[in-house]
Amino acid sequence: MSKLLGWYAAFLYAFLHVPLLILIAFSFNSSRFSVWEGASFTWYRAMLNDTQMAEAAWHSVIIAVFSSLLATAIGTAAAYGMWKHKAPLLQGSLYLTLVTPEIVMGISLLALFQWIFRWMPFRLGLGTVIIAHVAFSIAYVAIVITARLRTMDPALEEAALDLGASEWAAFRRVTLPLLAPAMGAAALLALVVSFDDYVITSMVAGVDSETLPMVIYAMARRGVNPVLNAVSSVTVVFFGALILLSERVRAQ
Amino acid sequence: MNLRRWFLLPARAMQVLFFAVPLGIVVVLSVLTRGDYGGAEQPWSSESYRRLFDPLYGLILWRSIWIAALATALCVLLGFPLALYISRAQKYRSLLLQLVILPFWTSFLIRTYAWLFLLRDTGLVNTALLKLGVIHQPLPLLYNDGAVLLGLVYGYLPFMVLPIYAALERMDPSLAEAAADLGAKPLSIVLRVIAPLASAGVLAGSLLVFIPCLGAYLTPDLMGGGRTVMVGNLVQNQFTTARDWPFGSAVSLALMAITALMLALFLRRAPAESP
Repeated sequence: MSKLLGWYAAFLYAFLHVPLLILIAFSFNSSRFSVWEGASFTWYRAMLNDTQMAEAAWHSVIIAVFSSLLATAIGTAAAYGMWKHKAPLLQGSLYLTLVTPEIVMGISLLALFQWIFRWMPFRLGLGTVIIAHVAFSIAYVAIVITARLRTMDPALEEAALDLGASEWAAFRRVTLPLLAPAMGAAALLALVVSFDDYVITSMVAGVDSETLPMVIYAMARRGVNPVLNAVSSVTVVFFGALILLSERVRAQ
Repeated sequence: MNLRRWFLLPARAMQVLFFAVPLGIVVVLSVLTRGDYGGAEQPWSSESYRRLFDPLYGLILWRSIWIAALATALCVLLGFPLALYISRAQKYRSLLLQLVILPFWTSFLIRTYAWLFLLRDTGLVNTALLKLGVIHQPLPLLYNDGAVLLGLVYGYLPFMVLPIYAALERMDPSLAEAAADLGAKPLSIVLRVIAPLASAGVLAGSLLVFIPCLGAYLTPDLMGGGRTVMVGNLVQNQFTTARDWPFGSAVSLALMAITALMLALFLRRAPAESP
């Protein structure tokens, strides 16, 4: 029985991971078809020469960095505010953003922006994408920070207050340093979620603010292209390294 | 406690401006009339809601619910034994867990593309089968309901495994031992002792899988190839190609309503036990 279970688990792990490993392996294939014809960097070279893709990757980085920083600040503040005192309306609304289908979030933000643009001379672009990403990342950040606050001793801050620290000083000097590792984890999560998002981004991005997932999507729609394997491999390895690095930092 | 109010302010402002107000606009759009060049105009109308009951669109809603339910059931069937295995593992348990979480950090789009790469007519699976002489023509592995189901299960299986694992982890192992001592066979221990104790995890996992599957857009779009339309694709289509914002809004609200209903049912079944 337990042996059977072991084989089954191995099979399921293969199901979860082998497709991506094959994808990466074939990014080094010299042939354009799914037959191995020898190793080469052809598709990586093609990827580097693709200026549209480079520009999209740059947009994605800008959007991910800015939205992650903003969402971490806003989400951490919110989690701290909800720590000792309940704010049921805000909490409920944050949970609701998590279960709202992405496509609904996307079209509702598009409808909002179009409505605002009737009166104001703005256009869809990097700004609207960053706003949208902050809007859906706050809830993720708040959850990570809330989980950390639950394991924290409120007496530490109370001691600081009793000793005459102002509320701000107690937060800044006692709680914030303790929250720093969790904030790092939350920022990383927001960064990855932002960098990966296609559905919401595609609704609120303008013509001059294409992101990497939008380019990948358009290429995947047109059919299989080995350049996509190369981009995917770079993305997967880059984020893998980033996450390993953050685990290391946290372990120290 | 002034500081606290200041701390909550940015999140409150964001939630109102970029969540509540947009949804409010969608509600208003849904009772307007379609504009000639997209957008929406007066007069007020309930036409969009009436169209929800048009058999064509009703069918899409039901199909989405059906596909999401099927994907959820498959995730339970596939995920439960894996969660059981991890919870029983003596060594490497955290590594085994990390391997389940790992896909979360990989782009959903890229993981979907990996399946396109494997399953298309000239993909690895068909090429290999043709070379081996098992088949003489490529199998139509993509662009059907089965492919969509596969993509959804692949994408959301970790959401099922983790809560079930959490429930099994809390379980007292002596319960299963007692059943074994009393002569129960392994299968009946799993079905009659372990499974009922893990039901809270199964319920939480089902919610975490069903909700995103119901509103799925990317998977049916890429792996269903346009023929397998789910409600997420219908919404997207109404806001882009079809340019019927009022109807797209009504469909969105129907989708939200079903999601909220599932959530309410879940919260009633499992009060305060959700992870």
